Formats: sequence, C-alpha cells, structure tokens
Amino acid sequence: MAVLARLRLSPEEVTHFTGHLGAILEHAADVEALDLADVPPTSHPVHLENVMRPDTVGPTLDRSEVLAEAPAAEQDRFRVPPILGVEP
Amino acid sequence: MEIAARVRSGEWSAVDVLEGHLEAISAREGEIHAFNLVMVDEAREAAAAVDSAVASGRDPGPLAGVPVALKDNMCTRGVPTTCSSRILDGWRPPYDATVVTRAVEAGAVVIGKTNLDEFAMGSSTEHSAFGPTLNPHDTTRVPGGSSGGSAAAVAAGFSSVALGSDTGGSIRQPAALCGVVGVKPTYGLVSRYGLVAFASSLDQIGPFAGSVADAALMLEVIGGHDPMDSTSIPRPAPDISAHLDRGVEGMRIGLITELLEGVDPDVAARVHEAAETLSAAGAVIDEVSVPATLYGLTAYYLIAPAEASSNLARFDGVRYGLRVDGPDTAEMMIRTRSAGFGDEVKARIMLGTFALSAGYYEAFYGKAQKVRTLVRREFGAAYADHDLLLSPTSPSVAFPLGAKADPMSMYMCDVCTLPSNLSGEAAMSVPFGSGAHGLPVGVQVLAPAMGEVEMFRAAAVLEAGAPSESATEEGRS
Repeated sequence: MAVLARLRLSPEEVTHFTGHLGAILEHAADVEALDLADVPPTSHPVHLENVMRPDTVGPTLDRSEVLAEAPAAEQDRFRVPPILGVEP
Repeated sequence: MEIAARVRSGEWSAVDVLEGHLEAISAREGEIHAFNLVMVDEAREAAAAVDSAVASGRDPGPLAGVPVALKDNMCTRGVPTTCSSRILDGWRPPYDATVVTRAVEAGAVVIGKTNLDEFAMGSSTEHSAFGPTLNPHDTTRVPGGSSGGSAAAVAAGFSSVALGSDTGGSIRQPAALCGVVGVKPTYGLVSRYGLVAFASSLDQIGPFAGSVADAALMLEVIGGHDPMDSTSIPRPAPDISAHLDRGVEGMRIGLITELLEGVDPDVAARVHEAAETLSAAGAVIDEVSVPATLYGLTAYYLIAPAEASSNLARFDGVRYGLRVDGPDTAEMMIRTRSAGFGDEVKARIMLGTFALSAGYYEAFYGKAQKVRTLVRREFGAAYADHDLLLSPTSPSVAFPLGAKADPMSMYMCDVCTLPSNLSGEAAMSVPFGSGAHGLPVGVQVLAPAMGEVEMFRAAAVLEAGAPSESATEEGRS
C-alpha cells in the first residue's frame, strides 16, 4: 500500500502502521453482518449534476505568482527531476 | 453582534476592539497555542480600514470590526496556509477562499490562522506538525479537533468568531469540548472553494461563536451559492437571525436512542435536561431509533480515508510546498511525501489506498457506500415525523492529552457527529452546562438538509435555558 501511495516506511513505521491499520480493518468487519445486497451505494450527499458556466473569459491566477510558490520553475513551467532514462 | 453594531455606529473603533483581542492573545496564547500565525500587521491594517470607512460614512458591513480566526486549511492570499503539515512548508496561496473573501467584504478583521490536526485528520489537535493546542478550560486537556485551534481561540477570547471545517465532527466536537457554539451546515450551503480538501463529499465549513446569534450571523455571511464550487447549492443563504426568537412551540424533536447509549453518564444527563428544556418550551419530545448511526463509524473510516488518499495525491513536491530532491521524479515524490506527512496522515492515506484497491474495493469502499445509503434512509425516516433530532455532541468531556493513543478510541470521539456528514445534513453543538471536572458539555441539534432555521431556533432555546452555573465561569474562576 505504501508503494501505491508513494510513501516509504522505515521498519519501525511498518510495525507501527500494521498494528494501527489492523485495528481499524478489524472494526470494519462489523459491516459484514449487514444485508446490503439490495442497497444502492451513495457516493455523494447531494444530487450532482454537471455544472456548466458561460464560455467567457474570466479572471485567472497570475502565472508568476503561482510559479513563485513552486519548489523549482524554469521557462514559465514547473521544473521536476528527470522522468525517463534514469537507472533504477 | 455587539461589536459590529457598536463599530458601525461609530461608538467603538475597530482598532480598539482588535487591540483588546491582541492583548488577550499576548496574555494566554503562549500557554494555549491556538494559532499557527497571528496576523498582527494585516489585522491592524484591516481594522484601520474599517474605522476609516465608518468615519467617511460608508457601512463596512454586518461583521464590521469583528475579529475572526481562520482554521489554517483555508487559503489566504499571500499568507502562509499550512494545514499544520510540513508538506505545505512555506506555501503562500495565490488566492483567498470564498469564505475569507465574504467575511472580509462584510467588514470582518482576520486575526490569524488556527492550529488543527494535520490536514484536519484527528479529534484532539494533537496530530499537528506544530504541536498540540490546549483546552482553555484546563490546559492538561485537549480542545478536541480537528478545528481545536479555532474552538480554543473563541473560548479564550482571542477572537469573537472563528471558522472551522467539519468532515466527521471537526467543528462540533471541539466546540463541545471548549464550551462554544459550533455549526456544521448542510453540505453545499457554504462554498468549499479555497478549503484544502480532506474528504470532498463530507467536508463543510462552518462557524464557531460565543453565542447562537453570532454563529447565525456568521453563517449568513459565508453561506449561499458560489459558482467556484460545483457542489454549492444554487440558493442564497437562509435568513436565520430574523427567526431566532420564534421558539420551538409544537416542534417534534427526537432523542436518538443509539447515541445516548455508551456515552458518559454526565453527558447523557445534560442531554436529557436539554430535552426537558425544549419540552418546557413547548416542543414534543420522544425517543427515536437510528441504528445505522452505529455502523456509520465504520463506513466513515473507510470513505473519508479513501477520498483523502485521492485528494492528498496532489502533494507531490511539484507545484507547491516541500520538495525533497531525488535522482528522478518518482523518487523525489516518495522522499517528499515520506518526509512531509505525519503518522496519522500516512495511516489514513494507506487505509484509503487499500479500501480503493482492486480486489478490496467492493468489500470495503463499496460496502461503506451502501452503509451510507442506510444512514441517509434512516435519517429520512426519522425526519418523516420529527422536525429535529437531539443527541450528545461528544461521548465525553475534554480528555487529557495522550489519553487516546489507540486509533479506534480516538475515532470513537466522532460517533455522534459523523452520521450528519455521511447524510450531508445540518447539525450544531450548543454548550449546555458542565460535566465531570466542571468541564463544558455540548448538546447536538440535528436537522434535515436546509433545516438551519429550525435548528438555530432550538439552539437559541437551549442557550437561554442552559444551566446557569456555566462551565465557562467555573473553568475561569
């Protein structure tokens, strides 16, 4: 799970989280007893419809202000370390 | 609101009001740690602007000169917004949250950003990267959470009102533990634009205040449709203040049976007294069973982490906040996230990743969503013959720091509050006397979606009828 979540855990953390998450999942078994076969799922509390706005130009964030918050920026873009071609 | 009325009339100056609150902060903030940041210069500037508006005959608005504290997960342009996490170290948002814009346009003076459990994940404000906030009534105890800083700021007189966010009880539970009013509005009544997302289908912003009337005014200012939030209900905020003193004559109010079992006896006793107070004011009280509230806890602790694991994927060291460099982008992201997130956040991200992963999705997340339907159905059935429901806000009064080390015992703090987040309906906590150790007890009033006016009417009756030996006075004597 840590790999999927892009986290790296120390051996101590693995022990700690195994107990922590185990306790929660044990509790989750409570719902096993419920008959939910005919119950539809709810993903959201209010009825959601696609919300459209008029296709007009509105205010946007200032690019230099946004890029000033980035850990690294270059040529009006966010700069990141290499994505491809690095030996594992 | 007395401050706004007197500032608007020119009787008081907003600068003097602010200085009074800054003095209260200097006196006790070192001990309480309600704030991540006190915005002294910005607040002085804003207060002076309010005074000059009054002097030149312009009305600054319904919150004229009222100091307001903001939970530090609400974006403030150019002012650090941390979510009490290392991963947002140094970040200054390029825009204001809608609630901030609306409060400022109404004349409020933003006094600071308050401490929280990291990314609002917790019920004690102990899980902050910057250390815990302490309860102003007893500094060996927690203020509740996750909006513990906002609750403590109002309880300690650091600000008149505050804003928090409530995903499973994060406004109502700290309000109860600190002896102030706290409101979780109907989902969609208050814009989430500029609120750093924890669990998007559950999060809602709401006010803390020292009185029911002040909370109502604050909600009227921040509520109403916002085109910047696609889940915002396309209606204006309800007029609550005008109806506050209409009482509860003839209202049908149900005590939720399941939420009175398993709570501490001092808390249960106050809830029964609150029911008697409402009954004496003409409401018809009975008990109503909502069994799904008990399964709600399990559903909540799968749904909220699932949504969080997705929402917090954006903190990857690319666009803002912390970056720990690495030889390639994937390694940079892993190092950044491992260094930037605290334990509770990592636990919930992993739990959510698990609940959404192939092979487990149906058994965990899918099932939790079905339980959510049961919660909604059972509340719907209860509201078919009740106007409002009543329960404790928290199973106990404020507990000592470090008392809930086991994760399930901490999660149980939210058992009374999180059903309203699952259903998307309104609920608020009103102080009602004191319990063990003379600490405040909160009573929760629950209402169907958009039932805020009726909910506040009942809250006003409870406020007027609360036991006179108020915990606030005991705590300070």
